[in-house]
Amino acid sequence: MARAVTTRTKAINTAVAWTVALVIFFPILYTLITSLKTEAEAIAGFDLIPSFTFESYVAVQTQNDYFKPFMNSVILALGSTLLALIVAIPAAWAMAFSPTKRTKDILMWMLSTKMMPAVAVLVPIYLIFLRTGLMDTRIGLTVMLMLINLPIVIWMLYTYFREIPGEILEAARMDGASLWNEILYILTPMAVPGIASTMLLNIILAWNESFWTIQLTTTNAAPLTAFIASFSSPQGLFWAKLSAASTLAIAPILIMGWFSQKQLVRGLTFGAVK
Amino acid sequence: MKRFAHALLCASALSMLGTAALAETLTIATVNNGDMIRMQGLTDDFTAKHPDIELNWVTLEENILRERVTTDIATQGGQYDVMTIGTYEVPIWAKQGWLLPLDGLGDDYDVDDIIPAIAGGLSYEGKLYAAPFYGESSFVMYRTDLMEKAGLTMPDAPTWDFIADAARKMTDRENGINGICLRGKAGWGENMAFLTALSNAFGARWFDMDWKPQFDQPAWKNTLQSYVDLMNEAGPTGASSNGFNENLALFQQGKCGMWIDATVAASFVSNPADSTVADKVGYALAPDTGLGKRGNWLWAWSLAVPAGTKKAEAAQTFVSWATSKAYLELVASKEGWANVPPGTRTSLYENPEYAKVPFAKMTLDSINAADPNKPTVDEVPYVGVQFVAIPEFQGLGTTVGQLFSAALAGQMSVDDALAQAQSVATREMTRAGYIK
Repeated sequence: MARAVTTRTKAINTAVAWTVALVIFFPILYTLITSLKTEAEAIAGFDLIPSFTFESYVAVQTQNDYFKPFMNSVILALGSTLLALIVAIPAAWAMAFSPTKRTKDILMWMLSTKMMPAVAVLVPIYLIFLRTGLMDTRIGLTVMLMLINLPIVIWMLYTYFREIPGEILEAARMDGASLWNEILYILTPMAVPGIASTMLLNIILAWNESFWTIQLTTTNAAPLTAFIASFSSPQGLFWAKLSAASTLAIAPILIMGWFSQKQLVRGLTFGAVK
Repeated sequence: MKRFAHALLCASALSMLGTAALAETLTIATVNNGDMIRMQGLTDDFTAKHPDIELNWVTLEENILRERVTTDIATQGGQYDVMTIGTYEVPIWAKQGWLLPLDGLGDDYDVDDIIPAIAGGLSYEGKLYAAPFYGESSFVMYRTDLMEKAGLTMPDAPTWDFIADAARKMTDRENGINGICLRGKAGWGENMAFLTALSNAFGARWFDMDWKPQFDQPAWKNTLQSYVDLMNEAGPTGASSNGFNENLALFQQGKCGMWIDATVAASFVSNPADSTVADKVGYALAPDTGLGKRGNWLWAWSLAVPAGTKKAEAAQTFVSWATSKAYLELVASKEGWANVPPGTRTSLYENPEYAKVPFAKMTLDSINAADPNKPTVDEVPYVGVQFVAIPEFQGLGTTVGQLFSAALAGQMSVDDALAQAQSVATREMTRAGYIK
């Protein structure tokens, strides 16, 4: 029987939820506010009222071209996500529906690669990129971002696939579905919420990745993370310009997140309640 | 006739393609400083003179640039053809064979015109490995009105006692005036740049001739104690988080009586567009304590050519253009003499137009007062005024900087900070093989 929820409790819950949301969102909000200040105002101290100047945005666009790194970010985020799904869906299918004794060990081993600090493998990866001609190329970085996020993608898909009854797939097999048809026409449509949320999360992770995208690029493949990094100055005020660059860099992914939040939440809670 | 025109068009297109194919593209790694950004805006002059060379810029945050460039140069990656580095890196990287000596700068470059102290900091075994784009020392910037109000006159070459006394007298907490603003943010290039330079004036040094750390000596205790005491009495609140930019903002807003920092700051604090005190700023040499050394540093953002580049000749051509006398004149013609990159060439300071810039003479005097090869009162085994030019210094300097910043914030005593600095420095230097 559902518990009766009073209006007062509802109001408190709503207030708490809004407060938590505001606390989480505040750094982004303050970045936006700072971007609308002058440099002197930005460094003067905490103040929520900016002078609403757009001079930092003008300076950012004058100093650096936004479009090229933006396009690189789009290509890298979408490309690496697509590539990750192509590899991860069959892998997660195999582990979810044909588990072996070592399946859990393999899953844990894959996840363990995420526990290693990235800088530990910087030099070997750097040398591989140099010698294979992948340095500062979109294809090289797409593969790198795919590999970085692959463990998480496989884990998420594995969790979603486990919620799908194996009997349905068996029935498809009995009806003569090939392996490819089984994955493409039976499994994938049933796991759409899970795949969609995995995809969205992976796009966000790839968009925000800043270590490899800076280390393995110079000019051709540099995405928005490198664009932001160029606005910090050791000698000169830069908070407002840096905030403007950050706002421009996070705006697309933030807007995408807002539009797809229903899908994202549905996917992330998929299978949470049986 | 039509056929002839067609052939001519094809020939032109082919020749254009040929030019494009022959053009070399240089990738230049740099930091986001005003002078560097200005240079990027003036490169049309370079490409007009050298149509066969195209320029690609990679601008990064200082620490990211250092990390990125170090990885590339250590692996001979060749991703950059010209890189912006400082006086700290040049002797270390030149010794490793990571940089090419700059011996192709051209006949009219006039290497001897580079200010000797700066050239010394960018050379290794007598060869120039980087050309200075702009050079700086540190000096005292002070509010002439507040100094007058305090009944004091700033000498051109003040002592630390005078600075401390003036700072206390200028402090007016009720009106938000701090007598002095100094760096407190932890980092080898932040508070340790200031404190290492100041310690030279107090007769301190990082290491003795056997590379034994010297933080247990009275000279370091005097340095740190007088800095912490003065900042507590006359410095801004939260000073342990303040670096160059934070102090710049405070000074521009009229909240500092004095500020000892990079000479390059003079153009910011005297610019009426940004500074509320632009017409009330005076300049003096960094203080001493009568021991023969002043507390000023020496730094030059410089352009170097990594050994891994495949375009060494074009790279040197660019370095020559960007650090030439002609470039200084180009900036002056477009942006005025006050915006010319300072501290690199003697001839600039002999120019009567540049002499009219209020901080020009004091900048040169400050640069000349620093000697990276003999930075301290007592003999030392290292090069560098505000740093020790060894690879281990970045990490060690930042660790010690954190301890000193904690002492300033009141999280530990000066004695504890020095004792821990001594301990960590001894451990690191032993581990690195300097102490046998």
